[in-house]
Amino acid sequence: MDFELDDEQVALRDAVRGLVKVYDPAVDSERRREVTASDPGYDEALWGRLAEMGLLGLPFPEEDGGMGAGPVEVALVAEELGRVLAPEPYVAAVVLAGGLVAELGSPEQRKEILGALSAGERLLTFASGEVAEPVIQGARADTVVWEVGGEVFLVDRPAEVTAYRTHDGGRAALMEFDRAAAVPLGDGGDASETVATVLARAQIAACHEALGAMDTALRMTTAYLKTRKQFGVTLNTFQALTFRAADMYTDLELTRSIVTWATLVAADTDSAADPTLIRDAGARAKLQTAHAGRRIGQEAIQLHGGIGVTDEYAVGHYTSRLTALSHWLGESREQISVLSAGLTRHGVLDPLD
Amino acid sequence: MRLRLTEEEAAFREEMRAFFTTEIPQDIRDDVRAGRHLDKDAFVRSMRVMNEAGLAVPNWPVEWGGKDWTPLQKHLWHEEMQLACVPPPLAFNASMIGPVIAHFGSEEMKQRFLPATANLDIWWCQGFSEPNAGSDLASLTTRAERSGDDWVVNGQKTWTTLGQHADWIFCLARTDPDVKKQAGISMLLFPMDSPGVTLRPIKMIDGGYEVNEVFFDNVVVPGENLVGEVNQGWTQAKFLLGNERVGVAPVGATKRALATAKEHAIGLGALTDPLMAARFVELENELLALELTALRVVANSADGKPHPASSVLKLKGTELQQAVTELSVDLAGPLSIASGSQTVPEWAAHSVPTYLNFRKASIYGGSNEIQRQIIAGTILGL
Repeated sequence: MDFELDDEQVALRDAVRGLVKVYDPAVDSERRREVTASDPGYDEALWGRLAEMGLLGLPFPEEDGGMGAGPVEVALVAEELGRVLAPEPYVAAVVLAGGLVAELGSPEQRKEILGALSAGERLLTFASGEVAEPVIQGARADTVVWEVGGEVFLVDRPAEVTAYRTHDGGRAALMEFDRAAAVPLGDGGDASETVATVLARAQIAACHEALGAMDTALRMTTAYLKTRKQFGVTLNTFQALTFRAADMYTDLELTRSIVTWATLVAADTDSAADPTLIRDAGARAKLQTAHAGRRIGQEAIQLHGGIGVTDEYAVGHYTSRLTALSHWLGESREQISVLSAGLTRHGVLDPLD
Repeated sequence: MRLRLTEEEAAFREEMRAFFTTEIPQDIRDDVRAGRHLDKDAFVRSMRVMNEAGLAVPNWPVEWGGKDWTPLQKHLWHEEMQLACVPPPLAFNASMIGPVIAHFGSEEMKQRFLPATANLDIWWCQGFSEPNAGSDLASLTTRAERSGDDWVVNGQKTWTTLGQHADWIFCLARTDPDVKKQAGISMLLFPMDSPGVTLRPIKMIDGGYEVNEVFFDNVVVPGENLVGEVNQGWTQAKFLLGNERVGVAPVGATKRALATAKEHAIGLGALTDPLMAARFVELENELLALELTALRVVANSADGKPHPASSVLKLKGTELQQAVTELSVDLAGPLSIASGSQTVPEWAAHSVPTYLNFRKASIYGGSNEIQRQIIAGTILGL
């Protein structure tokens, strides 16, 4: 077992970090606010640069216009975006919607749609059900990968879309779909197994995004404790506060372990043969991330004091985003339900078996 | 990045599993699984089987019976042992005084003590904590004064775990009262039946006897029984406590305990209750996160320095260990009150004493507050 990145992966991480650092509150405290203030709520020029770097086609086969990389590389990108709360809809468009096209699409569909997605020319999103809400970037997406009753279709964005801003600065929409306008993805028919597997991959990537956000929330909090003075001394003088920061670190490290493991499960060849392994890993990562995200988000605000609940200061935005990520793609209650059903399938739970 | 063990690592794990599940006497493993108190003989028999196979003290230098294993191999050895319900080699011998003697002791001292320590021919106890020196260990006041070539020890130790079985004690004593408190401490070795040593067992809240007070009244210790140099005791103690924390996250044992509780829950039909099932799911998941963190730590500590996340292991490991005992109590429900009954299932009758007993876990080995202090100070720079 090995959790270390290789040189190429480190180079990829650093390149992504360099590209999105404009959103880093330590670099430019206003950039994210500006971008999220007006539609579509993300920077389309930056999206184009992500495409130029090959990031929008990262997990897709080269013959479909992608880079042929795996879950580890996708995780690195998601984590870097999360670290600075980049509002670009990477996981929704690439990992989830693009992932379904890659798995289910006909060769022609894959080539056309994934090629355009990878080039940054067409935005994809995913929606589920006859009436779907909230669909991430529903008003901006050119093409919707639409799941209904286990079947998956491609739909152009409907003319009528009720769009709005979400609490974390993102954009989402209420969308109604018409089956008559929908084109089956690939051969059509029941694809619920594949949908579940791709959802699990997206869950794991979203957990990495949350992990990046938690890491920054903790860093901001410790930096604040070291500089903010009350009673004539810096806040890190008070053990009641430093112990809470220590608990945030514990949450973060445990989450990093299980989320990284889930990515390794998704990347493992045996999991391709038995996709229930990926779904199980996704549920486990999501459960831990939802709990840790809530605790770290709350503590980051509390340890900052009043400034933490202002819109002017970034830490509250992290809490808002972590809350959104916890409830997107299945919240903790659903994961508990999934994992409860499997409780009697093992005695001790063994990640090395 | 890689999910799987290598072929060699998997084979090693299989070898450990086979050894622990077939070579250690079944009656001992049954007692561990049922959560019964082990007597001295069980510890001795188990450790001697391991020592015979060269598996009792892998963390020692190779020339004294240690193994040139990777951190991952040591981890797998420890995990498989716990999963097989094998009592670990006596910590006072294998993890504490053995490595200290091997590192700081004279050649004579090593020859005299190490083989007997590995084979549990000598049962050691730890003379560290005192009534007024717990987490603040350096404040200890037990003193050792020169008398010719000998040392004369006076004072008191407490929380001396399993001291009632001990043949010898490794004891921290103040040998220079006039310097900074850490700089005036030495480590002395002496038999528990030395004239002037008195042991008083302390009854615990679970009704058992695990710890003791030990009193020293003019105990004469030969000069050759001082470990290393005079006033080097604090360095030796820190070295020892560093080793103590490595194995203190009881991942395998807690996994086994949780699996056992799950068997009881299935027997009671309790898993049909979604609230009870959710508690199992949450605990299994947190334990998984802990185990994976332990694997990250061992995978990245090949250069000998512990990974910064290792304090997390002790902190979270003991919390989860305690949470599993809590779950068993709740599973037993009202039957948990019937601890004296001969008719309720043994695990249910034991559940509260075990729960009470394991409150110790977040206190020993550097209390969890000390671990938070380490995380905040050393890792977060607060």
